[in-house]
Formats: sequence, C-alpha cells, structure tokens
Amino acid sequence: MLRAVPVLAGAIMVVPVLAGLIGTALPAFGHFPAAGLAGPSLDPFRQLLAWPGLWTAVRLSLVSGFAATGLSLAIVALILAGWSGTRAFRWVERALSPLLSVPHAAAAFGLAFLIAPSGWLARLLSPWATGWTRPPDLLIPQDGYGIALTLGLVVKEVPFLLLMSISALSQVDAARSLTLAQTLGYGRVTGWLKVVFPRLYAQIRLPVFVVLAFSMTVVDVALILGPSTPPPLSVLVVRWMSDPDLSMRLLANAAAMLQLALVAGGLVVWALVEAAILRTSGPWIARGHRGRVQSGQRLLALGAALLVVASVFAGLAVLAVWSFAGPWQFPDALPDSLTLRHWIRHSEGAAGSFLQTMTIAALSTLAALFLALGCLEAEHRHGMKIAGRLLWIVYLPLLVPQISFLPGLQTAFLFGGLENGLGVVVLSHLVFVFPYVLLSLSDPYRAWNPRIGTVAATLGASPGRIFWRLRLPMLTRAMLTAVAVGIAVSVGLYLPTLLIGGGRVATLTTEAVALTSGGDRRAIGVYALMQTAAALLPFAAAIVIPAWLWRNRRGLLHG
Amino acid sequence: MKRLALAALTAFATPLAAGADPDPSDWAAVLDEARGQTVYWHAWGGSTTTNDFIAWVGDRVLADHGITLNHVKLTDTADAVTRVLSEKQAGVVDGGAVDLIWINGANFSAMKDAGLLFGPFAEALPNWQLVDTAGKTVRTDFTIPVEGYESPWAMAQVVFMHDTADLPQPLGSMQAILDWSTQNPGRFTYPQPPDFLGTTFLKQALVDLTGDPAILSGPATDQNYAATTAPLWAFLDALTPTLWRSGRAYPATGPAQLQLMADDEIDLAISFSPGEATAAIANDQLPDSVRTFVLDKGTIGNASFVAIPFNSGAKAAAMVVANVLLSPQAQARAQDPAVLGYGTVLDLAALSPDDRALFDALDLGIATLSPEELGGVQPEPHPSWMVRIAQDWASRYGVVR
Repeated sequence: MLRAVPVLAGAIMVVPVLAGLIGTALPAFGHFPAAGLAGPSLDPFRQLLAWPGLWTAVRLSLVSGFAATGLSLAIVALILAGWSGTRAFRWVERALSPLLSVPHAAAAFGLAFLIAPSGWLARLLSPWATGWTRPPDLLIPQDGYGIALTLGLVVKEVPFLLLMSISALSQVDAARSLTLAQTLGYGRVTGWLKVVFPRLYAQIRLPVFVVLAFSMTVVDVALILGPSTPPPLSVLVVRWMSDPDLSMRLLANAAAMLQLALVAGGLVVWALVEAAILRTSGPWIARGHRGRVQSGQRLLALGAALLVVASVFAGLAVLAVWSFAGPWQFPDALPDSLTLRHWIRHSEGAAGSFLQTMTIAALSTLAALFLALGCLEAEHRHGMKIAGRLLWIVYLPLLVPQISFLPGLQTAFLFGGLENGLGVVVLSHLVFVFPYVLLSLSDPYRAWNPRIGTVAATLGASPGRIFWRLRLPMLTRAMLTAVAVGIAVSVGLYLPTLLIGGGRVATLTTEAVALTSGGDRRAIGVYALMQTAAALLPFAAAIVIPAWLWRNRRGLLHG
Repeated sequence: MKRLALAALTAFATPLAAGADPDPSDWAAVLDEARGQTVYWHAWGGSTTTNDFIAWVGDRVLADHGITLNHVKLTDTADAVTRVLSEKQAGVVDGGAVDLIWINGANFSAMKDAGLLFGPFAEALPNWQLVDTAGKTVRTDFTIPVEGYESPWAMAQVVFMHDTADLPQPLGSMQAILDWSTQNPGRFTYPQPPDFLGTTFLKQALVDLTGDPAILSGPATDQNYAATTAPLWAFLDALTPTLWRSGRAYPATGPAQLQLMADDEIDLAISFSPGEATAAIANDQLPDSVRTFVLDKGTIGNASFVAIPFNSGAKAAAMVVANVLLSPQAQARAQDPAVLGYGTVLDLAALSPDDRALFDALDLGIATLSPEELGGVQPEPHPSWMVRIAQDWASRYGVVR
C-alpha cells in the first residue's frame, strides 16, 4: 500500500504535464480538427516568426526572468551573509510568512498603486516637494525595459528564496562554519560567501530554477506591471489564445512551444553561468583574502531587505486605503472621505468566492498532505527516496511553463469526459500544491530524531504506531506550516483555475484578475485584501495552533 | 392527474430527446422547462456596475421564474467563445459550460459562422414586440445579419468624456481632437486595441475622417483598403506622439482609461456608453467636472446582445433571461444612470403608459446627453475593416521601435 503512494504522486506530477504538452504541441504544428485543420505543418511557427513584435516580447521574457532571478538571489545571499543569526534577521524571518502568502497579483497591484505617476508616493510628495499639481507623464510602470515587472517579481521571489535558504542552512551547518571562518580572521560577509554559500547554493539550486522559469513566464504580474507594446511572450500567448479568430489559436500554441524552448534554454544558460562562476570563484576562495570590515555591504543588504518588506506592506496599505476611499483626486495624500460602501457592495460576491477558494485550497492541500506523508514515510520505511534525479519529477510542474501545458490539459480533460467541476480544478491545483507541500514538509520530516523511533521500537511499537503516535504529533507544527504553504499556493493560482474550471469556478484570484481589466481600484482593493487574508490566515493558524497545543510542552514548539 | 401523466411522460421522454431544443414560439412550454434550470451567463466582469445589474437580473429571474442565474465574470468575451469551441472539439453537444453570452461584433460573427449558436430564437421572444426594430440597429450586428441568433439588450453610442477643469469646450471632429492633443501633449489616450473600446476609437476615427462612408458598409478588399484607410494612418501618425506616455503604453480597457481620468492623468477619453460618465461620477470614480460630447458628424453606435451556445443545457432558461432583459422594468433599470446608464433597445412609443412612465421618471444625470443632443447614429463599418485595421495597428503602434 505505502509503496504505491510515491508512484501515484509521481504520476500526478508527470501525467498532466505530459498530456498537456502533447495537447499544446499538436495545434502548434497545425493539427487542429475543431477548426478543420490537419497537420503537421510549420505554418504556425512561420506566422509566429513573422509577427512584428516577437523578438521584443522574447527579449522581455528573458531579461525580466534573468534579472529578477539574479537580483533576488543576490539580495538573499547578501542578507544571509550579512545578517543570518542576528536579531535583525529574526525580524526579517518573522516577516517572511506574511510576505510569502501575499499573492503575486495583490503584491503587484500594491506596487503599481505605489509607484505610478499618480500613485501614493507621488501623492505623498506632491505638490510640496515635486511641484506636480497633476501626475507627470512618465512611463511607470509598464516601462519598455520591464524594470517595474522585474521589481514586482523580486519583491515576491526574495521571500521565497529566503525561506528555501533558511531551511537549507541547517543542513549545511552554516552557523558553525561561519564561526570557524571568522576565527580564522575572515570578515563576516566574505567568510559566509566563501564557506557557506557554495554549499547552500547546491541545496537551493532547484528552487532557483523554479524562480527563473516562473519569472520568464508569469502572466498576472506582467499584465499589471509589464509593458504592453508589446508585452512579454507569456501575455501574448494568453491574448492570442482568447482571440475570436480561430487561426490565432495555432499561433498561440506555437508561441507556447517557443516559451517552453525559451525556459529550457534559459535553464541551460543559467547552468552554464553556474559552471563559469564555479571555475572562476575557486581561486578566489582559495586565495584566502579575509575581506575588510564590511559594514557597507551589510547596510546595503539590510536596506534591500527593508525595501522588499516595505514595498509589499505599503502596497497592501494603499490597497486598503483604496478599498475604503470616497472621492480621491491627485495630488491629495488621502481620500476626501472614507466609506464602507465598496466593502458592502462586494461583500456578497467576495464571500462566495472566499468560500469557493478555501474549499478548493483545503481539498487540494489535504490530498497533497496525504500524498506527501505517504511519500516521506515510504522513503523512511522502504528507502524509496524522492531525491537526487527523482527530485526533478517533483519540480516538473513548477519548471514547465503553465502556459505551455494548461491549454492542452484543458482539452485532455474534456476528451476524458471530466469537465467543469470543482473536482478537476482541485486535481489541477494538486499538481502545483503537492511539490510545495512535499518540499516544505520533507526537511522537518527527515530531521526528526530517528532515535525516538528506535526507542519506541525496542519497547514493541509497530512502525504504524510510531508514525501515528510519535512522528505525526511531533511534526504538528511542520504539517500545519506545510498546509499553510499549500493553501497559499492554491489561493494564488490563476491560470489553472481559469482554464480548467472553464470559468465556472470563481475564486478570489480569478475575480481579482478579472477586475484588473476594469481598473476599478476600490474593487481591486477589496478583492486583493480578501485574497491576501485567505492566504495569510492559515499561516497565522500554523503559529497559533501549536502554541496552544504545546503550551505545556515547550520542547515541541521548535520541533 | 393529467398533469402528472404529462410530467411522467416528459421525464421519460427527456433522455430520448436529449438535444431536442425548446421551441420559443411555445412560450408557456419554455417557461415550464426553464423553471429550476441554472443559467451560466458568461459576461465581461470588469465593471462593478454591470456586475450589480446582472445580479439584479438574477434576483428577478429567481423570484419570477425559478431560474438560478450565475454570472461567470470574464476578462475577455473570447474566453467563452474558446470554451464553446473546445467543447465542440471534444464532442460535448449537451450541458456545455456556457448557457448565455454577452456578445457582439466579431465574436458573434465567429460563433455564427462556426455553427456554435442556438437559434433562431430572438424574434420569437414575447418582448420582441416592444423592440425598436426601425430606429435601432438590432437586426444587424456590425453589418452582419443577426437572423434571430442573438437578442439585443442595450444600445451603445460613442461619446467622448472631457474633464471641463482642463478641457472646457467640446471638440467637434477627429481633426479638432488631434489639434487639441498637439497643444496639450500627454493628456489623451485610448484603450489598446484589440480591446473593443480601443478598436471602436479607430473605427470612429475612420468613419469621421473618410470622405466616403458608404464604402465602409461593404467588405474591405485589397483594392479599397489602402486608399480608404490612408487618412486614418496619417491621423494616427500625427496623434500617437502626442498621446499619454507618448503612445508607448496604453490603458488595457475602458475602465482603466476611466481610472486615468480620475487620477487626472488624462483629460479626454472615449466611451461607448452615453451614461457611463454620470454613473462613474456617482460612484466616486470620476470627478464631477466631467462632461460628455459627440462629434459634429455624429458618432457610431451599436447594440449589445446575448446569444445561447448550441450545447447549452439550459436553453429554455437562457431564453427567459433574454426575454427578461427586454422587459420594460429591466430596460428602464439599465438606462438609469445610477445603475448602468445604457441606452434602451425598446420603442418607447410601443410601451403601455405605465411602462413608459418608468423611462420618463429617469433623471439622466449631469454628464449624460439627451437623446436629441446625442444626435444621429452612424453605422458600424463591416467587421472585415476592423480585422485588418487592428492587425495594422498592432504592427504600426503596438510594437514600440
């Protein structure tokens, strides 16, 4: 029984992705029976290559992907190098869960409402400091270089990489390594970069790849912050997919295939850069320069961390203000009046969507938790380890661009007679939720002290009894955190809900992004805050519940 | 007893007759069949006011006809078209995801051509008797014959919204708009085509600038296209550098453009709903200094429709919803600027005095032009023009070099 779980979990990761890719590849090569077209043909690709803005769109995908990943990784490395283990760092750690749970779309809206020429920053500074009585005609956001888009991604990817790094730090014995380096006279930052970072990077390599793939293919953030003349490739795919002219569907699928190739190429390039850095940094490490007192770099790191934290929280604040705003004209720093009207107006619809969102999130997360526990226990008992090369399977749905396989998956579900229901949406969410739940749970699970199990076994306890009576209770906190991560992922999913649900399944995210097209900031404020709350509450529960359960067992609180 | 027998017979017959469609000429049977059905109405969900109106319709049909109406909020109507298409591809001929679509123009033309629509039904609806078929363009949709495959529910006409704080006087023509934008760079923009309001602006410009509007009612051909659209491209070449963000970015949609006006980023904007400005002022979405105007030669107008896909599982209920949308109560509510501010498709002269009083009682609001001020409606160009123009727009202005 238990041995079947890892196989089942692997199938859940691999089958939808492959089925979806095939479903996308067929129309890309001109095979599209619904429009009376039979392939194979290369016409869709010829049409794609002839599209005037294609190379700008491709460049935008590549630049924003690499810039966001590189920048996020650099900020995370600097923060850890300069501050890990300090009191300031614990504050950053505390801000992590809320930061992570803020859905991408909500963070992007907040950022847009902050930095636009008519945004909050300009309003706060106008007209006394800037002299502006009306907004300046500046191309922010939506700038042609994708700078706003890159920043919008960085504020969400830094928390993600930081979380992944913190859990990996314990495996690389970071604290003692750093102490040792410092006793040898290395500066804190230099010592950390030379001694800890290489080993840490090996642990977080796949998450970095996920960030790269995600940043190159993101749709919702690009819609909000990215340029539109032309937009990045992923947005073009979505736009062509929804064109009433059916021949555009072929173009969209061809572009989705190009997107897949770009991501694959991007990952290869990143790996080559890794190899190059490895070759050049070896001598740098071996040379033994100790580095001077590096307060400048440490301040830079702290500044970057604060900027990330502040921009997300200030963004949420401005969303909140808009959701209560009466008339609010530029350059007033605050609305003329506050009103509950927008909340009352949206409460009925938003409450329904909230329920729907939480139902989907709860079902997919519970299924993911069940599978993850099964996989980890099978690894523990039977040595069926999902690691090394097999770890790629877990990361597959996160690395293959959603836009490249979801359209095909939708058709595959329809052919399989599965349609329209909550069930298929839950199933499609599970594909994306399971990897995060497994990753979040596996470190604490493996770190569980096996000697406790050995003692129990010598007292006659069966493996099942050890699992239910010792391991699970002691891992309550880790499981709740994994559940919170899973729910946050599910709440934020846009494309799977939209495409697989056929529009019949309305979650807070689909509703919020639908409102984006309308640009009603008050309505967006209401929905984005509800969306954030849906993702944030489970994290709060993951902190509160163990604290209450283990109020008499302090040792378990950190287990 | 007879009723019971009939019910039993119907229950028995249903599986055999799956796919047998309700007949709108037997309205009592349609009402019977509709009771208890659920209608998924796929309609653009970007506007709070429209969403509220659809919710109101839902309350009405539930109370009066026992129909549950669910609004599926789309970002793009084409998503629903895609859905019906993939269902046809997968052989889903009954109980599809879409029961009713808010549709017009290119999407309607695509669905009608591909045989994705149920009908004809529209002219058999009881309330069709009240529709102003003579004065309003309800039998053609962008010059495509409707032939009963969609039912009208609102009239739209292009107006321009201007913030009188910065632009006090109406502008009478596209040339006047260009002159003003040249003197006031960065204060005008339009939604990015292929957004429908953006393409509407291009159409309006074409209609206003062309010397020969008659040519636009026929299809665009390789022979007439270049010469007819030349004035449009000359106009846009001159206008684009003077636009908001110098034409390097555009608002995504009409409401996003509205937000720009609320933020005082622009002073002039196009709208396809004469009452939109008043409704937006009432909702704090626009400053109360905004007014509207139409061009001297008139502006283009068209009707919004609802259509029923061929594989809807609730065709009877969908028809009832379409009929309720045509009722004087719903039409008067839609025309109320505090609700939607959409123009009615009904012939007010055909209404009973009580029903007409509903319309007479409406206060159109400070920024809405009276029917006389709105003046003559110019017909939409044939859709083939828009397809080519949207493509050319994308390569000329949609890609910043």
